[in-house]
Amino acid sequence: MPRSKQPWLIRATHWANLFFFVVMAGSGLRILVAYPFLGERGGAYGWYLLQGMRPPDALTIGGWLAGARHWHFAFAWLFVANALVYFGYLFASGEWRRRLFSPRRDARNAWGTVLHDLRLRKEAPPPVGLYNGMQRLSYTGVLAMAPLMVLSGLAMYKPVQLPHLTALLGGYDFARAIHLLVLAALALFTVVHVVQVLLHPRTLAGMTIRRDRIPEETQNPQETRIPQETP
Amino acid sequence: MTGSTRRHFLAGGLRSAGLVALGGLACDGDRPHAGFLGLMEGVNERFQRALFDPRRLAPELSEEEETAPEDFPAYKISRELPVAPAGWALAVRGLVARPLTLSVEELRRLPQTRTRVRHHCVEGWSAVASWEGVRLSELARLAGADPRARYVEFRSFDSGYWSSWDLESALHPQTILAYGMNGAPLQPEHGAPLRLYSAVKLGYKMVKYLTEVSFLPVRTGGYWEDQGYEWFAGV
Repeated sequence: MPRSKQPWLIRATHWANLFFFVVMAGSGLRILVAYPFLGERGGAYGWYLLQGMRPPDALTIGGWLAGARHWHFAFAWLFVANALVYFGYLFASGEWRRRLFSPRRDARNAWGTVLHDLRLRKEAPPPVGLYNGMQRLSYTGVLAMAPLMVLSGLAMYKPVQLPHLTALLGGYDFARAIHLLVLAALALFTVVHVVQVLLHPRTLAGMTIRRDRIPEETQNPQETRIPQETP
Repeated sequence: MTGSTRRHFLAGGLRSAGLVALGGLACDGDRPHAGFLGLMEGVNERFQRALFDPRRLAPELSEEEETAPEDFPAYKISRELPVAPAGWALAVRGLVARPLTLSVEELRRLPQTRTRVRHHCVEGWSAVASWEGVRLSELARLAGADPRARYVEFRSFDSGYWSSWDLESALHPQTILAYGMNGAPLQPEHGAPLRLYSAVKLGYKMVKYLTEVSFLPVRTGGYWEDQGYEWFAGV
C-alpha cells in the first residue's frame, strides 16, 4: 500500500494539538499568576530560581484565576481526547515503527546529527526513512512527556481522591513543579521545532497541504505493491 | 437602500446570527459558568463526583509536617477582622427534624475530632495545620437531617461570605466544624469562633466565622462561586 509521508490523521491531530497546547499553556500560566511560587507555604523550593516571577499577561488566557481554571479544565479533555486519537492511530497503523526512536536504528544517526549541528562533522547523516535519528529522539521525547503532563495535572486536580498517583509524583507540590517543568520542556521543544521548520520549509507543506500518495524510497513501480513493513 | 448599506445590513445580520449560534459554545473567562466553559464545568463535576469516595480519607500528617503558624495564610473578605456578635451561637436548620442553636461550650461538649491534612488553595499553594472540632456528620445526626436534603449551605458574619456543598462531601469524616487550630483555640484571623474545615474541598469552600448551617433540598451558590469560581471544587 502506498502510504503518505504524513497521513491526514497525523496532520489533523498535529494542528489540533497545537491549538489545545496553546490554550492549556496560556490558561495554565494564568493559574500560575495566582501563586507564582513552587513548594508549599513556608517551604519554597530553593532550586526553583523564578520564585515570585509572574508570567507576563500577554502569554496568558482566561483573564483571571476562575476564568483560567475553567478554560484549563474544559480544554484538558479535548487535549487528552486528541492525544488518544493520535496514539491510537500511531499504534494501530504501525506508524510508530517509522516515527518512534529505536536505539539500534537511530542512536548513531542521532549522535551524528548532533555533531553535524555543532559543526563538528561535515556531513549530516542521511535520514533513515521518514526522519533522522535526532528527529525521532526528540519527537519520541515529547510523546513520552505528554502522559507525565496529564498525570501531574491529575495529581494536582485530585490529590485526595487519587492519593497513590499524587504520592508517586512526590506529593501535591512536587506534582505542581513537574507540571511546570514539563511545560518548560515542551515550550523549548516548540521553539527548536519551529526554527527547524523555518530552515526546512518543505516539511511545513508536508504537514499541511502536500498530497504525496507516491510511496517514498521507491526504485521501481512494482515495489509499490510490496507492504512497506516487509523487512 | 443603496447596495452598500444593504451589504452592511446583511453582513451585520449574518454576524449577529453567527454570534447567537456561537453563544452556546462561547468561551468567556469573565462568564465562566456560561457557554462551553459552563458545559464543561458540569462534565467536570460529574467526573469529580465519580472519583469521590465517601470512605476514602486524606492522609493524616504528623506534627512535624505542620506549616509554621505565621506561614499559614489567613484570609477574609471584610476589611476589618470580623468580630463575633455578642451571644454568638451556631444555628443548624433547614430540612432537619430538630433545629439546633449551639454555643461554643455546647459544641465543645460534642465528640471531638482532630484532623491534620494538607490544605489545598485554589491559588495553587498548600499548607498543613491541625484542626480540632466536631464532625459535620455528627451535627447532621443530632439535628436529624432529612434524606431529601442533598445540599448544605454555610453562612458567616464575614460580610456575608457563604458557600454551599454537596451532602456527600459535607458528611465526609474529615469535614468538621473547627473551634481549635494546632491545639489552641481558633484565632480570629482563622475564623473564630467556628469555621468549616475539610480535607476534600478547596480552601474557598471552607467558610470561616460561621453563623448558620442549613440542610437544603436544592443547590444554592456562594460568594466566590457566584462570581465565577467552580461550585464543586473537590480535591
